[in-house]
Amino acid sequence: MGYVSALRCRECAREYPVEPIYVCEFCFGPLEAVYDYERIKKALTREAIAKRPRNLWRYRELLPIEGEPQVGFDSGMSPLVRAERLAKILGVKELYIKDDTVMHPTLSFKDRVVSVALTRAKEFGFDTVACASTGNLAHSVSALGARAGLKRFVFIPASLEQSKIIASLVYGPNLIAVDGNYDDVNRLCSEIANKYRWAFVNINIRPYYAEGSKTLGFEILEQLGWKAPASVVIPCASGSLLTKIWKAFKESEKIGLIDKLDSKIYAAQATGCSPITTALKEGREVIRPVKPGTIAKSLAIGNPADGFYALLAIKESGGWGEDVPDEEIINAMKLLAGSEGIFAETAGGVTLAVTKKLIEQGKIDREGPIIVCVTGNGLKTQEALQGHTAPVHHIKPNLASFEDVLKNIGR
Amino acid sequence: MSVKVRIPTPLQRLTGGKEEVEAAPGKVMDIVNKLDEQFPGIGERISEGGKIRRFVNIYVNEEDIRFLQAEETEVKDGDEVSIVPAIAGGRDR
Repeated sequence: MGYVSALRCRECAREYPVEPIYVCEFCFGPLEAVYDYERIKKALTREAIAKRPRNLWRYRELLPIEGEPQVGFDSGMSPLVRAERLAKILGVKELYIKDDTVMHPTLSFKDRVVSVALTRAKEFGFDTVACASTGNLAHSVSALGARAGLKRFVFIPASLEQSKIIASLVYGPNLIAVDGNYDDVNRLCSEIANKYRWAFVNINIRPYYAEGSKTLGFEILEQLGWKAPASVVIPCASGSLLTKIWKAFKESEKIGLIDKLDSKIYAAQATGCSPITTALKEGREVIRPVKPGTIAKSLAIGNPADGFYALLAIKESGGWGEDVPDEEIINAMKLLAGSEGIFAETAGGVTLAVTKKLIEQGKIDREGPIIVCVTGNGLKTQEALQGHTAPVHHIKPNLASFEDVLKNIGR
Repeated sequence: MSVKVRIPTPLQRLTGGKEEVEAAPGKVMDIVNKLDEQFPGIGERISEGGKIRRFVNIYVNEEDIRFLQAEETEVKDGDEVSIVPAIAGGRDR
């Protein structure tokens, strides 16, 4: 039995039945699940949650499904790592990495949203699931879709890193490489979704799919002992993750899981694709689309679907945002790996580099707790570090050769 | 020859279920106005006060009109226009 009674347009508040639809027929605004918070408040308490399995379904009353979860039984509850060495380097007191690099099964936060999307897609009776993706989503739909026994169509920009392509193909989906960038792929998929009765997780299933991101927010609060952190830094592609983490915080306050919400939300983008932080810094309410050019391909969405709402969330929380060039992204990836032993994908480099910048600007309070959301694994984007890592020391298989090298290394 | 306009699902009720309709060449807003004569009501759904709505993206030959001349973009014979819900995208205004 679910807790969603309808879908509602975020713009004009018209209500719709719970179906695989995603835009308001009247104003084209996005549709969002309407929950019965009074009932949820009784069912979803700290005590109830504590007794449940350590996966993302422990917050299921606040997720838009009707019956039993279908996939994702090992997804969620990623580590919240206390980063003391990194805190010292950045000159802050209490710093944590929310580490989705180890998410089961495909090593990014997308397993959260896809678990919810596929469960809902099965409830709607779909036999084919599809997505437009920059990589991580493709992996998750391919893998969890296999587990759920669904046919899969995955659309990617043809320029995607080779390693990301292989990591989708292995699960046996129909992989379609489109000549164009993510925005082209997304536009094409909107048109395909018009024509074929498939569950496009980030199009016609989007109102359900996007809600899965809230689990990242709930987990942060629970892992801090049901306390709101001072600052949360979140990478932005479409802006959906940031919007939903903020929503999770507000819902947690509303149903009494936390006593007081006083968190500031910060957006992180790459300078080569920063439509959201640019609008923020220029004080505009509207997002000007851009043509992306950055090594952080998983964030390269020039026309961010939820950018408008991400701006609202940032402002409502009193937070801010920044963007960083590719060089700083690479340095931050190396900093995170070298100080905390966490290998993040380029997007994680963006988030940490922006955190550093905002701390230096005085925009993020040094006391903390500061949460840095690292949402994907670096093993997926190793090409980005080509030529940017320390050299390998080649030696002959004898002690003298080793000691020759050792002299130059210094200890 | 004329311009092909692809209609998204939420608007197909107004076009009698047609996914694709034809229009005469002209500026983007002229085409919207012409469509409205053919299919009454469609104009106000995708535009407001002579501007395309915030949650609607318009593409001419696969290019977002915000990278062209926005509502003033000229659409020629043989061009293709797509009307795509932005889901929640912002607009340059």
